[in-house]
Amino acid sequence: MRFVVNNVPVELVDVAADMTLLRYLRSQQNLMGTKEGCASGDCGACTVLVGRQGADAMVYEAVNACICPLGSLQDCHIVTVEGLTPAPGVMHPVQAAMVECHGSQCGFCTPGFVMSLAGLQLAAGNELAKADEDTQRAAVIDAISGNLCRCTGYRPIIAAGLFVLKEASLKEASLKKTTLKKPAQTARFVQNWVPNAPLAGTGGAPADTHNRNLSDGASGYWQPHTEIELQQLLVEYPHARLVAGGTDLMLEVTQQYKNLPQLIDLNRIESLSEILIGSDEIVLGAAANYSALEKTLAELAPEFVALLKRLGSRQIRNRGTLGGNICNASPIADAPPYLLVMDAELELVNSKGGSRRELLAHFYRNYKQTSLAADEYLARIRIARARLAQPLKLFKITKRYEDDISAVMGAFCWSGATTNEFKIAFGGMAAIPKRASVTEQFLTGSNWCVSGDVDEGILAQACELLRSEFSPLSDVRASAAYRMAMACNLLKKACYEFAAEAFGKVTEARLFHHA
Amino acid sequence: MRRIVVNAELSPAANTGNAPGGVGHSIAHESAHKHVRGTAEYVDDLPLLPGTLFVATGQSAKPHARIRAIDLSAVKSASGVIDVIVQSDIPGKVDVGPVYLGDPLLAGDLVEFIGQAIFAVAATSFEAAQRAAVLAKIEYEELPAQLTIEDSLTAQSFVLPQHQLLLGDPDASIETAPHQLSGEIFVRGQEHFYLEGQISEARLTEDGGIHVISSTQHPTEIQKLVAEVLAIPLHLVVAEVRRMGGGFGGKETQAAPLACIAALFAQRNRRPVRYRMPRRDDMIQTGKRHDFLNRWRVGFNREGKLLGVDLQLAGKCGYSPDLSEGIVDRAMFHADNAYFLNSARILGLRCKTHTVSNTAFRGFGGPKGMMAVETFLEDIARQLGMDPLDVRKANLYQPGADETPYGQKIEQHVLPILIERLEKSSDYRARRIAITEFNNTHRHLKKGIALTPVKFGISFTAKHLNQAGALLQIYTDGSLLINHGGTEMGQGLYTKIQQIVASAFGVSVNRVMVSSTRTDKVPNTSPTAASSGTDLNGMAAKDACDQIKADLVSFACEHFNLAPAQIIFKNDLVILGENQLDFPAFIKLAYINRVALSATGHYRTPKIHYDRATAKGQPFLYFANGAAVSEVTLDCLTGEYKVDQVDILHDVGKSLNPAIDIGQIEGGFIQGMGWLTTEELLWDEQGRVISNSPANYKIPTAFDVPEIFNIELFDEPNLENTIHLSKAVGEPPLMLAISVWAALRDACSSTTNYQFSPRLDTPATPERIYWALQDCVAFNKTAAVKPGTTEEDFNVTT
Repeated sequence: MRFVVNNVPVELVDVAADMTLLRYLRSQQNLMGTKEGCASGDCGACTVLVGRQGADAMVYEAVNACICPLGSLQDCHIVTVEGLTPAPGVMHPVQAAMVECHGSQCGFCTPGFVMSLAGLQLAAGNELAKADEDTQRAAVIDAISGNLCRCTGYRPIIAAGLFVLKEASLKEASLKKTTLKKPAQTARFVQNWVPNAPLAGTGGAPADTHNRNLSDGASGYWQPHTEIELQQLLVEYPHARLVAGGTDLMLEVTQQYKNLPQLIDLNRIESLSEILIGSDEIVLGAAANYSALEKTLAELAPEFVALLKRLGSRQIRNRGTLGGNICNASPIADAPPYLLVMDAELELVNSKGGSRRELLAHFYRNYKQTSLAADEYLARIRIARARLAQPLKLFKITKRYEDDISAVMGAFCWSGATTNEFKIAFGGMAAIPKRASVTEQFLTGSNWCVSGDVDEGILAQACELLRSEFSPLSDVRASAAYRMAMACNLLKKACYEFAAEAFGKVTEARLFHHA
Repeated sequence: MRRIVVNAELSPAANTGNAPGGVGHSIAHESAHKHVRGTAEYVDDLPLLPGTLFVATGQSAKPHARIRAIDLSAVKSASGVIDVIVQSDIPGKVDVGPVYLGDPLLAGDLVEFIGQAIFAVAATSFEAAQRAAVLAKIEYEELPAQLTIEDSLTAQSFVLPQHQLLLGDPDASIETAPHQLSGEIFVRGQEHFYLEGQISEARLTEDGGIHVISSTQHPTEIQKLVAEVLAIPLHLVVAEVRRMGGGFGGKETQAAPLACIAALFAQRNRRPVRYRMPRRDDMIQTGKRHDFLNRWRVGFNREGKLLGVDLQLAGKCGYSPDLSEGIVDRAMFHADNAYFLNSARILGLRCKTHTVSNTAFRGFGGPKGMMAVETFLEDIARQLGMDPLDVRKANLYQPGADETPYGQKIEQHVLPILIERLEKSSDYRARRIAITEFNNTHRHLKKGIALTPVKFGISFTAKHLNQAGALLQIYTDGSLLINHGGTEMGQGLYTKIQQIVASAFGVSVNRVMVSSTRTDKVPNTSPTAASSGTDLNGMAAKDACDQIKADLVSFACEHFNLAPAQIIFKNDLVILGENQLDFPAFIKLAYINRVALSATGHYRTPKIHYDRATAKGQPFLYFANGAAVSEVTLDCLTGEYKVDQVDILHDVGKSLNPAIDIGQIEGGFIQGMGWLTTEELLWDEQGRVISNSPANYKIPTAFDVPEIFNIELFDEPNLENTIHLSKAVGEPPLMLAISVWAALRDACSSTTNYQFSPRLDTPATPERIYWALQDCVAFNKTAAVKPGTTEEDFNVTT
């Protein structure tokens, strides 16, 4: 396989399918700046930038090297902390700002933060440079949402991030607020850093479509470019595992030390990562990553996009996919409750090219069990535009706001006062993500809202029904009793907001802007 | 965030040698440039020597059991395995307990917690070792396990004897007091979550000795234990640490088993050995902050002043003593926090449980002791209808009310002034009114505010540890090399030492290099712990500087025929009466004239003593102080919350480096906030840690940092003769985060019109806040409810 590390082309012939990018960088490239803090994509100490050829330029995204299969990086430009600058004596603006703002203490997490902020700086346009401080702060926090620091308390790192964003429209007066240093001392940051030249030596990708990262017959990492190639591979390697982002699958390697000898990568199949906005429905490619969904659906599904920001860190969202979230069949996955109330339909394709459609509600059979056949893959997810337009409330309850797994995830969709149709689904309340059908039916037929006033008695009855429909478990995230109480209170919260909004009344402010 | 007040930032401190970067300047961390470039080396970044072996351990699956049989054949024959050892393979001492015995390096026939190492594997790769370590077949005979503090109290089973502090006659005082109350709080422990996991590398030397490179706060103990385990003298073992990727107390004793096992394999196989714990093993196999169950009975008067306190602090020590003697002692020494208790009995219990042995963690027991008094002062306030701040202020130590339960008198009364200043600068009273208004106009959102102080005693409570050494070398080009007994874990110790040495000679800091901490350079060192790193090692470094300087001055007096007062070191120059030489030229001259240019410095803390028999003494040289105001908003429907604003005023004496001190304050505060809010250590009913990864143990992220976060230094010199009159800063700020917990409790209490303070064990997760709010609902139902505070104020499902 071919890729570029810090501007140096690399060609490898024999790569283990489950070799992670982190292991490769540290053990074979001696690039020790990229650290292992957790090997599970939770701490960000291993953050690097991965560049791909976009429509007109390279597009760089921050990823967790620890759970990123090296095989997925064919033709990519990997930038590590050592590769941020052309020479060791030169500092990238993010590096300089981190020093000036006292953004490092023990230093172990620092390269990861530097890479996340460098990714933000690359992606940030002029708009963000001129935005108000609240917007900029939110952007910085989002960029480092997957980076843990145990020493600094983050304040100086946020300051460094703000500093770098402001640099594009450098006004000395505005710097005082965010740095500890006098403006005059900051002059040396004013240099326009451009990412290293893209992919020298890798132009003209080879034409072969699979067996690219060929190992011996029994093991391999395949990156088909079309669904037909994928279907052939499924026939040829019936035991191969499918990998999209790998954000969950790769934990089997890094946490359980398993071998995954055969992996089929779905990322290069355009028809699986396309997001199509039709007039009647939207069609989401199962291998589209969350960051792509965020960009494309910002207007059409703002509630869902807001939820995505809490689903995982920026690094995870740059790799993780909706298809993975669905097929992993975790009862605490965040997207399924939303997709359930959207009555999302799955398009499942088998190795012979035959396809079938199934409502997500029917897809989940039991704990971690789905209707997916051994030779099937999830190709696309379809949502009706009419449903997208309906009032929707999504709530996620966790111990920590960012990058935490839900104790309870509640999704509520209401067709409005006239038709009064309810759709309710929960994660974390049963062995599978599940609709609250009985409660839905009850509320749909009820008079719960009269001219914007909520009938507390009816809501109390609805809560009783919820209690009969669900019997959640106690675990490390929450007790069963709390989960039950949250299911009820999230339903109430949704109803208060639905009612107020439908009748133009003021809703009580939320604690957090989204989800 | 909007306003960072840094007093000393823009004006060089008065006591510097004026050269750039000396004492008092906010210079960057000495490794900052390396940190941001990724070139700062941690143990796992060292180039691998040929033949290096990697280690994993086989872990107990039972919390308490005899091992009936153990079959390691599958482990030994696994791919890549070179060597497997059990306890009987240890040539020297088996027990690596730091103070008391009780920590076998590898379990023998008895296991006492799930995860305890039973055997160790050395293999040709990290993965091979991990894969092999799970292949053993072990037969257990299960024994009854104590898993909780309650289990231990019922069984009266302790790892060490109890200890008690007594001041006056608390029973009589409580009985005759106008008001009494009693209560308890469960304060959960904390996982260190240093970003760099535990790691050691051992290399055999030609004399059969060992060079250990470890991520440890206590290299001398590593040296001692490796020597004992291998049965070789200490002079054959060198322990070295350049830096740690975070320590927080977790690498004071917990680094040693890795070093010892790596050394054992190195000796047996004559190969280099690297033992790195992956995150999951680290979270299962190494000790954490203790859980504490605190129970009290207190008497107080109508003004809210404490008259008597009877307090029991029970710490969950795990299966062995480790450092629990000192930790529970420190909890007891801080059970008063900043308050005069009048009369008190403070009983400390060291509970034995069949769980991992708990260990040092920033604050070392202090935070857990403080939680009791901060809880019942609030309860007193609610009972008397007072603002908790007024009750706190009424009970502060002050002249005449200055005796601690352990007999030490408080001499420097910083807190009354400091709190007054913070109360004003944070606008506490006006915000209190605004919050009441907010709460009256919001149905589900409620705000809370609290100001809490910290008084933290500085010195090791084990007297002999209060010493340090340093080795200063000046080379003929005028460059200086300083080595000292302290370790760098991110706290900026090396930077401050560099500044201290630079200031001593009036040279710029870049003339001074601080080299990695090695037991063959400075011997018999104390752990870098108890916030003492700079206090002890800074003084030792200064002592070394003073010795060389004295020799240089007497040389110059003789050589240039000058009086000592005419010789001044400043601005990278040496002023010699009317003349001057630049520093390198002067040093070269001194060398030519055969002046010794190296010296060892030593320091021992004066004044301190403590008598365990009478439970009286002066365990601390001085106290570091601070206070914080936190404001929070919570959602009564879910228990979710956010911290809106934090204002901190903290006493670091004369700051050696304001930027680093502020970094310690911010970082300590957020770490403390994590301990009290989102970080929940959990075990299942079998005694297995279920919070065993960052996926289920949540330390704060950048989002959790309050948007308004104001930090100011209380810029007054230490009255004690510490290094440049500074004060220790490592641990004290962690406890400022108690204000967040208190503000959350205040917000809960608002739903009862401040008549009732619900029990709020820590961490105060959204779930725990939710249940505390349910207790408020129950209170409102039973109490005579004042108008405007009915159950309807926040709608709750019961």
